[in-house]
Amino acid sequence: MDIPADRKYSKEHEWAKPEADGTVLVGISFFAQDQLGDVVYIDLPKPGAKLTQFSRFGEIESVKAVSELYAPVSGEVVEANEAVAQKPELVNQAPYDSWLIRVRAANQQELNNLLDAKQYAELTATGGH
Amino acid sequence: MVATAANVASAQMDHRLLMERSVPGRVGVTLPGSDVPAQALPDAAMLRQDLYLPEVTEGEVVRYFTNLSQLNFSVDTNFYPLGSCTMKYNPKVNDWAAGLAGFAHAHPMQSDRQMQGTLEVMHRLQGYLAELTGMAGVSLTPLAGAHGELAGVLMIRAALQARGQGHRKKMLIPESAHGTNPASAAMSGYHVVSIPSDKNGDIDLDAVRREAGDDLAGVMFTQPTTLGLFDRNAEEMCRIVHGAGGLVYGDGANMNALLGRVKLGHLGFDVVHLNLHKTFSTPHGGGGPGAGPVCVTEELAPFLPGPVVSAQPSESGARYALTKPPRSIGRVGGYQGNFGVLVRAFTYITLLGGQGMRDISANAVLNANYLKARLRPLFDLPFDRPVMHEVVFSARKRKGARAIDVSKRLLDYGFHAPTMYFPLVVDEALMIEPTETESKETLDAFVDALRRIDEEAAADEHFLHGAPYTTPISRLDEAKAARQPYLRWKRE
Amino acid sequence: MTLQPLTSPYIPNTEAERAELLRAVGARSVDDLFHDIPEGHRNPPLEMPAPLSEMELRAELQRLSEKNFHAGKHPSFLGAGVYHHYTPAAIAPLVLRGEFLTSYTPYQPEVSQGTLQGTFEFQTMTAQLLGMEVANAGMYDGGTALAEAALMACRVTKRYKVAVVDTVNPHYVEAIRTYASPQGIDVYAIPAGATSLQADTACVVAQYPNFLGYVEDVRALADLAHGAGALLCTANDPVAMALFRSPGSFGVDIATAEAQALGVPPSFGGPFVGMFACKSEYVRQMPGRIAGRTTDAQGRSGYVLTLQPREQHIRRERATSNICTSTALIALWSTIYVALMGKRGLRHVAELCYQKAHYAASEIAKLPGYRLPVGGTFFQEFVVSCPRPPAEVSLAMEEAGIIGGYDVSDRVPNGLLLCVTEVNTKAQIDKLVSVLGGLR
Repeated sequence: MDIPADRKYSKEHEWAKPEADGTVLVGISFFAQDQLGDVVYIDLPKPGAKLTQFSRFGEIESVKAVSELYAPVSGEVVEANEAVAQKPELVNQAPYDSWLIRVRAANQQELNNLLDAKQYAELTATGGH
Repeated sequence: MVATAANVASAQMDHRLLMERSVPGRVGVTLPGSDVPAQALPDAAMLRQDLYLPEVTEGEVVRYFTNLSQLNFSVDTNFYPLGSCTMKYNPKVNDWAAGLAGFAHAHPMQSDRQMQGTLEVMHRLQGYLAELTGMAGVSLTPLAGAHGELAGVLMIRAALQARGQGHRKKMLIPESAHGTNPASAAMSGYHVVSIPSDKNGDIDLDAVRREAGDDLAGVMFTQPTTLGLFDRNAEEMCRIVHGAGGLVYGDGANMNALLGRVKLGHLGFDVVHLNLHKTFSTPHGGGGPGAGPVCVTEELAPFLPGPVVSAQPSESGARYALTKPPRSIGRVGGYQGNFGVLVRAFTYITLLGGQGMRDISANAVLNANYLKARLRPLFDLPFDRPVMHEVVFSARKRKGARAIDVSKRLLDYGFHAPTMYFPLVVDEALMIEPTETESKETLDAFVDALRRIDEEAAADEHFLHGAPYTTPISRLDEAKAARQPYLRWKRE
Repeated sequence: MTLQPLTSPYIPNTEAERAELLRAVGARSVDDLFHDIPEGHRNPPLEMPAPLSEMELRAELQRLSEKNFHAGKHPSFLGAGVYHHYTPAAIAPLVLRGEFLTSYTPYQPEVSQGTLQGTFEFQTMTAQLLGMEVANAGMYDGGTALAEAALMACRVTKRYKVAVVDTVNPHYVEAIRTYASPQGIDVYAIPAGATSLQADTACVVAQYPNFLGYVEDVRALADLAHGAGALLCTANDPVAMALFRSPGSFGVDIATAEAQALGVPPSFGGPFVGMFACKSEYVRQMPGRIAGRTTDAQGRSGYVLTLQPREQHIRRERATSNICTSTALIALWSTIYVALMGKRGLRHVAELCYQKAHYAASEIAKLPGYRLPVGGTFFQEFVVSCPRPPAEVSLAMEEAGIIGGYDVSDRVPNGLLLCVTEVNTKAQIDKLVSVLGGLR
């Protein structure tokens, strides 16, 4: 699957997409959902939660695996995507449309610490490590 | 394709739940009326008004559960080579013993004086287990394998505190370990460091040395390992951990290979738990009950979970008593262990005696090596050495036949699947444990089935994805089960 | 020639077959297969008895079992957490069917629907008896279920203090302490009538009916806990739940029970099974196995183990518990018991227990020197204050061929805890009263 170039990627397979209103949407990549298999549950932070870049902010479960979610940017959670929390299979069906949280980034410069689509494609081509 | 009793039964079966069979007014048992003068019930506000339970007759209950039973594979009906679970034949005399009135009706709060029979059984069993592990003390109280692990790690914690070493918080656990090991360590307040295997499948001693510092509490180690190998580095590992001031926990889940062959205490283990439901033939019951006695060195004996059974000589023979070890970690459960399981293991050991213990390990190991030799042409073998009680193959590089596909198709041939996708360190793992109670004919039939499955996969790479085809039900939608949990019957 | 014993009834391969196997393996002897064991430790001497034939063994076990002074032969008035109830004849033949008895945890659901559907029935029964929303497949026993409930309350609230009401079974309290202390959880005692908790208490732990047999004010305990942002965890007697209001009806958050009371033999303390139920919002913090209903590819309904990422085999050191077993066989036993009893039968048993226990208590209270020192409503157990130390009273009962009484003189002066259930006849009760009356 094509890796959208409109956003940045962490080595932990989250994506971060800057929005026009200055917030950042966070989700997981196609590669991540493929590794997990059928996603059945997502534990997301509540609005107002403070995030630190590369620290744990939630968890995502498939039938037989569980994976931590790491914040690609620091900031404050503005919104958790209830639609995805209620219907976690959306992450499998459309990982790049199914954002998990909307973050008010503390420092947009942090996006520079992430990979671009080309770099991320290289990372996942070698098995994701 | 094989038409099994199970799928025939299922086709005819009425799958309704008890509450869906309920008809008001039916009852499944007779009960006497009251023979005492009527006593006033408490205020109605305290009483239950909303008791929803099924109303069915005895015949309906018996038919329902008999039909349900026929949907199961079991050791009594099928070869069950489920690795690391030791699904050996469970002798019927064990169940007879547990059902004896004097044992079944024994109340756990009765005085020692009234319970000399049960206490003698427990005392003798403690002695047998101490002898088989080369340990000084035994507590029979843990109620399952993981419960024994917890008790064992709590004893390590208590012993370290007694040495003034309570600051040690790091527990080493091989990557290949069963998940209960890290979970038990975490419940005991330890933080877990994973240790890899070396290229031969033994524990990586350099990695152990790197972690062997002043913060090391100990190591949790399964011998033979979950790769089915006798770890040749275990003794040296014990020396390194002891040298650093730590203690060694031995997971005895795989003891079936070692009965009478080596005593783990001699290798340097400080505490070992045994799974009576694996090694000592007590039935698994569809997921318990088990029993996980812990066996320890002299140093750890004072910390054993209580109560343990002690014996005092007297004129009329030994007098047995329940006692609390002096520095016990405390009770780990409500009473003194799963006696109904303990007495089954006692029965088994008493019937077979010491030589019988050696015969078990000899035949279990021989059967596993035989399967290894016969199945090598079909699967990758991650470590090519003599195995112990089980062999771990990898189904990787097999077109159209991942471990799950092979496993599911085996069900169609009337064999339970091996343990699959464990240990985690082997890709597409298939872990096969035949046990000593299976005959050459059965093992050969199992090999034939795997060969045919291999041919089926070669002929049509999609065929196995639909397996099983003949079981009461086919592959279930586990994602749906987890996304919309439906966990009990509810009134529609 | 002398006949030698016949042995090894569980190992099919003969010497000749072993030789064939060895040839296929490429080993000269079985001992060769053990060469990875260091030579100095290999094949150690084993001091174990010689084998016994099944016939001899049965005689020996019969002898050992009859050394016990047991309730199969003598009336018993002993409870204290484990109860003698009548076991219908239909249960054992079903539970001992090999398909239930000798199967493993249902890892392959396609060939384990019997166990899984049975587990689902157990979860349904647990939830209904306790008046709770969801239940798991079972814990080791009532004591560990309660200890795990306290740990779960700490996970839910992210607080690390546990308040235990002082009328909880002391063995259970000990198990809670064993489980809680290594995780840095502080366990403290409160009286049943407590009106405040220490700051940051995760849960109140209570027993209903309590260890002495009396009915606690669960509503007040729920208000106490919830008012402080804590959960209420209870241990319950499932038979009493057929007569008294359910814990769920009082807003209990995590309800547990020792299912032994559901016709499971006392067996000197196990195997039993712990019932574990909670509000559905906490289901992902539950320990243990859970069966759930789903469908297969053809749309047929079936059962699987579900919500497994909570468990040790997936989450390892971050699992909700290290537990694997659900004590499925005893769960099945108690499920079949409830199915046979049904709605009317279980209530009938509970009322018989209540009637007989209250008759016994009222007769004993008439005896000179005896009192019922604890006020309130009780179910089938009650405390008697005796004219002599309880140890002596129990000895006199034993001499009269009666089992029982549990010594609670550490709580109540000369206190003896007596239990009367439906298995005790009026004649047995009258004999008990007469034996007690003979002691001054």
